[in-house]
Amino acid sequence: MIARLFVALLALQPPAGQSEFVPVKDLPPTESIPAAPLLVAAYAFIWVAVLFYLWSIWRRLNKVEADMRALGSKTRSPR
Amino acid sequence: MRKLFGPLVVVAAVMFAYAPVMIAQAPFESTMGLVQKIFYFHAPSGMIMLLSAFVCGVASAIYLWRRNPAADHIAMAAAELTALFGLIVIVTGPLWARKAWGIWWDWDPRLTMSFVGWLISVSYLFVRKYGGPGSDKLGAALAVFGAANVPFVYVSVNVWRTLHPKTSVVPKLPPLLRGPFWFSFFAILVLYLLLLAARVHLERQRATLDELYLAEEES
Repeated sequence: MIARLFVALLALQPPAGQSEFVPVKDLPPTESIPAAPLLVAAYAFIWVAVLFYLWSIWRRLNKVEADMRALGSKTRSPR
Repeated sequence: MRKLFGPLVVVAAVMFAYAPVMIAQAPFESTMGLVQKIFYFHAPSGMIMLLSAFVCGVASAIYLWRRNPAADHIAMAAAELTALFGLIVIVTGPLWARKAWGIWWDWDPRLTMSFVGWLISVSYLFVRKYGGPGSDKLGAALAVFGAANVPFVYVSVNVWRTLHPKTSVVPKLPPLLRGPFWFSFFAILVLYLLLLAARVHLERQRATLDELYLAEEES
């Protein structure tokens, strides 16, 4: 019982003061990684991917339609 | 769909112009802060990826059963869009995870199964492009497996222990986060329908061109 009370009282104590500084090379991720570049990179990638895909559909459709026109004029021309 | 295409382009343009305003005005999430705003396009892209894999699988099953060319055109278009939206999910997810979890990637069930789903769609496209005769049927079988993977991707966060947020996050969104999320989702859904229609049109034109070449050779 006394031991439990002692443990509970110990838990209420403020943490002991820092007696020394320990150098680390890397900061914790929460402090070292800025969020804004990650956010900008994510949205930029989405737009680049969608616009590239739109361009690729437009290019492929143009090619097919050009082939159709070429074939049409070939079949219409006298042999 | 041809009559709806023009109005839907206008609707999509307006929605994509306004979505950044709504996302910017949405409050920050308490633990993740600014980087959580990736969620507004990441999660809807993931939902559209799963929808597209399902559409591809169903259209492929119809093609295997009935040999209907229209179903094959839809499957081909949906597979390409699964690969596109899957790529968006796979790139934006790690950008979010780097800040939120401190790592770019983790082989947890949700991430691994999403990656497998994306690989199936890319495999489908490779099979269709380089598979030669019979690749349509082989690709269709692959797409059915891709669709079978969809429910597993969805429930993976609820069944297994994973770093990824659970599916309950979306229905439990507070009103100030819910508005921008569903607005972004519907903007991406409209974009998906437009891209699907355009890609199906391309596939139909290719089929017409092949028929013209065959007719030209026979005459």
